[in-house]
Order: sequence, then C-alpha cells, then structure tokens
Amino acid sequence: MSYQLPKFRHPDLPVNDLGYTRADYEGAISTLCAGCGHDSISGAIVRACHELSIEPHKIAKLSGIGCSSKAPTYFLGNSHGFNSVHGRMPSVVTGAALANRDMLYMGVSGDGDTASIGMGQFAHVARRNLNMVYIVMNNGCYGLTKGQDSATADRGSASKKGDANIYSAIDLCGTALQMGATFVARSFSGDKEQLIPLIKAAISHRGFALIDVVSPCVTFNNNTKSTKSYEFVREHAEATGTIDFVPMHNEITTEYQPGHAHEVTMHDGSSIRLYKMDESLNPFDRRSAVNVLEEHRSSGNILTGLIYMNLDSRDLHEVLETSQRPLNALDESDLCPGNKMLLNINASLR
Amino acid sequence: MKPTDTKNPEYFHKVVDCQYACPAHTPVPEYIRLIAAERYTDAYMVNWQSNVFPGILGRTCDRPCEPACRRVRVEEEPVAICRLKRVAADNKDDISDRLPEIPSKKNGKRVALIGAGPASLTVARGLAPLGYSIDIYDNQFAGGGMMRSQIPSFRLPIEVLDEEVNYVLDMGLNATFDVQVDSLKEVLDKDYDAVFVGTGAPRGKGLNLPGLEDAMPNVHLGIEWLASVAFEHTKSIGKRVLVLGGGNTAMDCCRTSRRMGGEDVRVVVRSPFDEMKASPWEKEDAASEGIPIYNNHVPKEFVVEDGKLKGMHFEKVEAHYDEEGKRTLVPTGEDLVFMEADDVLMAIGQENSFPWIERDLGIEFDKWEMPVVDKVTFQSTNERVFFGGDSAFGPENIITAVAHGHQAAVSIDLFCRGEDVLKRPPPIVNQSSQKMGVHEWSYDNAVANDLRYAVPHAPLSKTLKNRKVEVELGFDVDTGYKEAERCLNCDVQTVFDELRCIECDACVDICPTDCITFTNNGTEEDLRQRLEAPANNLSQDLYISADLPTMRVMVKDENVCLHCGLCAERCPTTAWDMQKFLYNVSKAGA
Repeated sequence: MSYQLPKFRHPDLPVNDLGYTRADYEGAISTLCAGCGHDSISGAIVRACHELSIEPHKIAKLSGIGCSSKAPTYFLGNSHGFNSVHGRMPSVVTGAALANRDMLYMGVSGDGDTASIGMGQFAHVARRNLNMVYIVMNNGCYGLTKGQDSATADRGSASKKGDANIYSAIDLCGTALQMGATFVARSFSGDKEQLIPLIKAAISHRGFALIDVVSPCVTFNNNTKSTKSYEFVREHAEATGTIDFVPMHNEITTEYQPGHAHEVTMHDGSSIRLYKMDESLNPFDRRSAVNVLEEHRSSGNILTGLIYMNLDSRDLHEVLETSQRPLNALDESDLCPGNKMLLNINASLR
Repeated sequence: MKPTDTKNPEYFHKVVDCQYACPAHTPVPEYIRLIAAERYTDAYMVNWQSNVFPGILGRTCDRPCEPACRRVRVEEEPVAICRLKRVAADNKDDISDRLPEIPSKKNGKRVALIGAGPASLTVARGLAPLGYSIDIYDNQFAGGGMMRSQIPSFRLPIEVLDEEVNYVLDMGLNATFDVQVDSLKEVLDKDYDAVFVGTGAPRGKGLNLPGLEDAMPNVHLGIEWLASVAFEHTKSIGKRVLVLGGGNTAMDCCRTSRRMGGEDVRVVVRSPFDEMKASPWEKEDAASEGIPIYNNHVPKEFVVEDGKLKGMHFEKVEAHYDEEGKRTLVPTGEDLVFMEADDVLMAIGQENSFPWIERDLGIEFDKWEMPVVDKVTFQSTNERVFFGGDSAFGPENIITAVAHGHQAAVSIDLFCRGEDVLKRPPPIVNQSSQKMGVHEWSYDNAVANDLRYAVPHAPLSKTLKNRKVEVELGFDVDTGYKEAERCLNCDVQTVFDELRCIECDACVDICPTDCITFTNNGTEEDLRQRLEAPANNLSQDLYISADLPTMRVMVKDENVCLHCGLCAERCPTTAWDMQKFLYNVSKAGA
C-alpha cells in the first residue's frame, strides 16, 4: 500500500492565472477504499478551484464526520480546514462566514452527516442562505460503520448485505428547495464533465449552493440491487441539460445555436450557459424545479445537472447588513466609534 | 484510434525506454532490481547474457540507455545505468558454474572469426555452446580488439578486460594471436562453413597540413598512439601536447598524455563545444584533469623551426547555421592563433580498411569501399561471409558491436543448419502480474526522489602518476542501492482490462503524472490534445483500450508514467494490473 504520492508531476501541466498547476491544489494521498466515488469528487474540486484561479489560502474546507468528511484531507492541501462534530459543519461554517466574508466556504458532508444527524443544521443553513458551497458525497450507506442503509437510500434498494431498504428516502435536492436554498444541483461522481462546471457555478453563486453528488460506495453499495451503484446511476441518470461555466474575464468564444442555449450572468460577472435543456424545466423557477424533480423520482430516474438557481439571491450577510470587512480587519476605531456615535445611537432609541 | 495490441511484444518493449535504446536490448530494470536486492551475481548474469562484457561496459559504454531514461522526462538526470552495471560486476561471486556448458562432441561445423574484438567474441559466445568448432585470428597479442588497444587502462583495468575476454576464449576456441590475416581468400580456402569478419575500423584519419612532413616525428595518429601506449612501445610524450579532434578518442588521448609526461595538454576542436562528439562525462573528466578544450579553432599548419616541431597555427571560426540547420564554420577574420607543441595527436576519426579482402570473392563493395552487408542478417553478398561491429557499417561502439555479434551468430547458425537466415527467431518474452496482496506489489513501487549519485574518483595526485590507476572507484554497495532505487521499473507494465473497468475514475484521480484519460475516441492527433495533460512527446505511444460501456475509451500517454502502480492500487476491480514484462532478444540456438 502506498502512503505517499510520488513527487514528480507531468512537466506540461497547465498553469492558471496565479501560476499554479493542478498539483498545487492537491491534498494528501487518499486512504478511502480503492474506487470510492468520493475521490473523484475530490478530483473535481481540485480541478474547479485550479481552473478558477482561486488562491488556496482564500478557501476554507469544512466537514463533519464520515467517509465524506475525511475527504477534505485529500484535496486543497494548501487551504484552511476544519473537521467538525458529526452533522455540525453548517454551524461552524456559519460562525466562520460571519467572521470573515472574504473566504470561499466549501462544506463537504455525506448522506449520514447531512440527512440523518445533521438534518436540522442542513435545513437551517439552507433557509438562512449562507454564502457557501455545500457538497454532499451521497452514497446511500454508512460506509464507515460497514454499510448500513442511510436516510438517502431509496426504498427497495439493497446494499451488499442484500436486504431491501424498507424506508422512504430523503431527497436532499427536494428538501433544499423546500427550505429555500437558492442554488440546487445534483451530479454523479463518475461524470466530471458535468460536475466541474457545476462546482464552479456553485462557487460563483452568492448564497447557499447545494450539490448532491451521487458517489458510489464500492465496498458496500455497488451491487446490482443498489440504486447508487456505478452501473445503475449511469443507466438512470437524466441530465437537465448541459452547463458551461464561463469565468468573468474570459471572452466568450464558443459558438452555439441561438435558441438552444440560455446564458445567465452571475453576480460576480461570470456567466453560465445552459443548453440542450429539458424543455419541461425552467431552472429559475422553483415550482418548475420541484415538479421536474418529482417526475423523475417517481419514474425511477435520477435527475442530474442544475435543477434550480435563484438569480436574485440575497445571502445572509446582505440580509443581516453585516460588516463588509472581515472582523479581523476591524481596528479599535471601527469597533469603538466614540462617544458621539454612542450619543447618536442613544438618541435614535429615545 | 484502434485499440493497442499489447500482445505484440514490441509495444511494451518500447515502453522500457532504456532497454529499447540499448542496441543489445539489455533488460536494464531487471538487473537494477537484482542489484537493489543485493543479488549481484544474478544481475551480472542478466547482463552477461545480453551484452557479454558487463564489467567492461559498466566502465566504458557509450550508454545510449541513459539519455532515453524516463527519469530525464520528469527530472534532471537519468539513472546511472552504466555505473550500476559495474556494481554488479564488482560485487559478483564466481560465475564459472553459471557459464554455458561447451559440448565435447562438436557439431561438425567450422567457423572462422577474423579479429578478436567485441563483435567476434560475441559470435563465439553464441556459437561455441552449440558445438561449433571456432578458429579465431587476431593481430594483437591477446583478445579484446579495440577494448585492449584503444581504451586506456585508467578507464578499463586490464584485469577486468582479461577476465571477460577469457570467459569467451575459454569456451574451447582455437585462438591464434599475433597473426595478420592478409587474405580472406586464404581463409575461405580452408573450407570453413562460415567466416565472420570483425576487424573493426582500424585506420586513423590524418590531416595533411603544410609542414606535416617536417613535423612528422612528433605527429601521431590518435588510435595508433593509444595502442602503442597500451602495448608499452611508447613510454613518454612531450611536455606540451596538442590533441586535435573532439571525440572520445581525443579525450582518451589527452588524458593519456597527462599521464605520459604531458604538462600543458590542450584539446583543439573545430566545432563548438556543445557539438563535440565526445560524451559529456568524458569531457568533464578531461576538464577535471586540467585539460582545456579550445573550440572553434581550425588547424591550419604545423610550425617547424630547425627541423623541429614548434607548434601549430589555428584559424578562429564561428558556426553559422542555414535554415535547414546545416552548419558551416566561417572564419572570424582574426589573426591566426599560435599554440606551442612538442607533440601533436590527431584524433579526428577513423575508418574502415579492407586491403586484405580480395575483390573477386563475391563480396560486393559500395562506392565508399565498404562491404555490402544486410542490416538484419549481417550476411555479405558472399553467403558464407558475415560482417559485424565497426567493420560492418563503420565506427560505432562496443555495445553496438555486441548487438551485431548476437545477430550474426543467429544468422551463422541458421545458415550452417541450412535454414533461411531471414527467418529471425522471435524475442523471448515473459509477462507476469506483480500483485502479492490487495495493495502489495513484488517490486519497490515507491518512487525515490533522490537525485543522481556521483561516482567517486581517485585523487588526481594518484591517477596522473600512473596510467594504470583506475580513475573511477565505482559505487560502493550502499550508494549502488540508493542509485538502483531511482529506477522507475518501466518494465513493470500498466496493463488494462476493459472488461473489468467500471469507469469510476479512481486511476485518473490518483495518477500523479496525469497519464490516464477516459474520453471519446478520435484520431491520434486529436486525442493527444484533449487528454488530462497534453501528450506532446510524439515518440511515446498512446495506449488505447477497446470501447467501454459508456462508449468512451481509456487513453494512457506512456510518456511520463512513473510505473508507481497507484492506478492499479486504486482500482477496485483490478482492471489495472502491474505486470512485469521481461523481453530478451533471441540468441543463437534459441
């Protein structure tokens, strides 16, 4: 078993605007099972952050407990990290984000960490529209404790042990929509072509951005009767459409047929381009998103791609009108504005 | 692109860059692993089978393997392959019980070998164990050819040479030394079943410049002078020596001069320094012995006063290149440069010479007076006569001569058995999985970050006093181990089985050098541009799988694969496996 990656890299690796290669965004060598979908998601996060030229020290990756929550060790080795209590990652992100709004907050969680022990936290962080990316590495089972069905396991799906799940599944995308999330997407760990642009769009989105990524557990839940196996997902995934992410400073050069594409500008000036869209879905309308999600669920298919985005999203900072500057950048004169200001405040309360 | 046919042994052979570059195709990673395992005798024998002279080559090889080493593509320096070979030779045990048995009952076929250099000795080693009666003729007092006459003892100690030459001569050969073969006809008249000519490129080239006649007693041809030193006819040289030429013979001449009394020894070469033919390490060794190299100086005339050589005039030039990169040396117009000299050594090249081969024997010669020799079979237009080594296609090096010798031996054996010499035996190939456990391999798959280790040298105070003191001391066992660990094990192949692949991307994600891509198939040109990392090294192949369930293919760029095995370690379905691929060129009798 290899415990470290060789140090040599491809000599012609592309360099981003900061002069970094992909290798500068990698983490330690993974200790997850060979073939774990989580490693592919880690790879997609590395690619997205590299291609967006995000300074590694401007990213904080936070997680709870579980296989998924171990994963942040395996990407973004030069970024900040916080491995929190089971299901409590949203609280920690909330605290960090309120203290310093200049960072990119990348929450990484699993189906257990989110849909079971962390369900309450998940609901409220979505409701508050905290500006973060929330990635669920969703394998439908508790891999770290030997593969029991999780709350996202579909009814009737059976893991390696063979017993069909008797409970109804929690659909995290549907839940997030109900709770008021402003960016909801689903993807598959085995489809980086879709996942990478979705992560980029989620990073650019201001507000709570959920990406529920089906990520097969090769050890406990990749068998023929499972609905979260590589084979099943490949056969049953139906994309809402194709998404391209165009960073703000890139000139748009790719040509596309008018009428077949829909271009949307994000708050930071970058844009996403949607094409080959499912005609029944309007991803900017929550009711449409809920309907299409439900139609696919009832027909036994897995809807992937961008499901919903609120272009008028106002994140928690905007709603609370908090300080524009990080708290650690405020000095004494900012925090103690003086007697005159105090008198003004007091006068306003009379 | 079509799926790669890995059943064709040439595909994986090419992935083992060092072995592929070696004219004799020595299985380099195989013996390096044996060195790391302290199995020096085994490592030596792997070499001996392939290149016959491991101890000699471990000191003197031109090492075409090293520039080919994959490590050069991910860091600065290749594995010190050549010097590791010497580690095997230095530390081996007695090998006499491992040498092939020579049948006492001969097969009735008689073969004559003319010249006892590396090519002929290789032919002898191939044929003697098969029962051939072999007569070998040489004009020197002992075997070895140019390895004895031209390679100075401070690079190749005589004991090492004797040992490896004798392993072959002791195979019951009938060797006649100190005899000059003046007529090939006479040899053919002795009714040999086959004759092999391995007489090298024995004639040094000279420069006929003004003043040469008067300067003659102090002007020497490089290879003749080196031979004369080796055979102890020449015991000294003047204090000021000019060596003309920029190849390895020039380097041997200048360094030998330093040991024979030369104090102000200079190498003067027409070309720019970087374009000299000498190997970089030979230039370094000359420099470390205080020998300056004057480049861009074209010799013009010998200066003789009172009937005695005083020095030489040189014209300074600059290299100019036309659009096709063709070089011309253009005089700078400066005054001629005068350099004092007591002796001048001319090492500007050597050539073939066959005055002893009658032209009516059915051996065709081309317009350069070179025999017409088949590049595969080494047979001349007289089917009984074979050529190899420098005498076949002009001056090359020892390892090329050995490679020729192997092929010529195969041809002679086929010919003597009345078979078609063009039907070459296929290579002997063995491929086996290295998997020992879930995540365990039977080779050291971790990639060592160590930089290349330098071979220690004996102090100049010792080496310059005595031309027989070897300069290089060789790696000690510990350093040899560390250097061996730098080897990337390119012969442990990444083998892909598309039927097992579930397209989970684990191999793509883990590969440290971004070699693997799953994508839609296309033309090679197109694919090379849309892989995880651009595949711009066109000399390295793309490994393509058959279509996968998603109708994509697996594409692996072989260029900078570290053979670390992580793709196979991270593969949940063993679609990737690490398989050792041992490739051996077939020898005579196989």
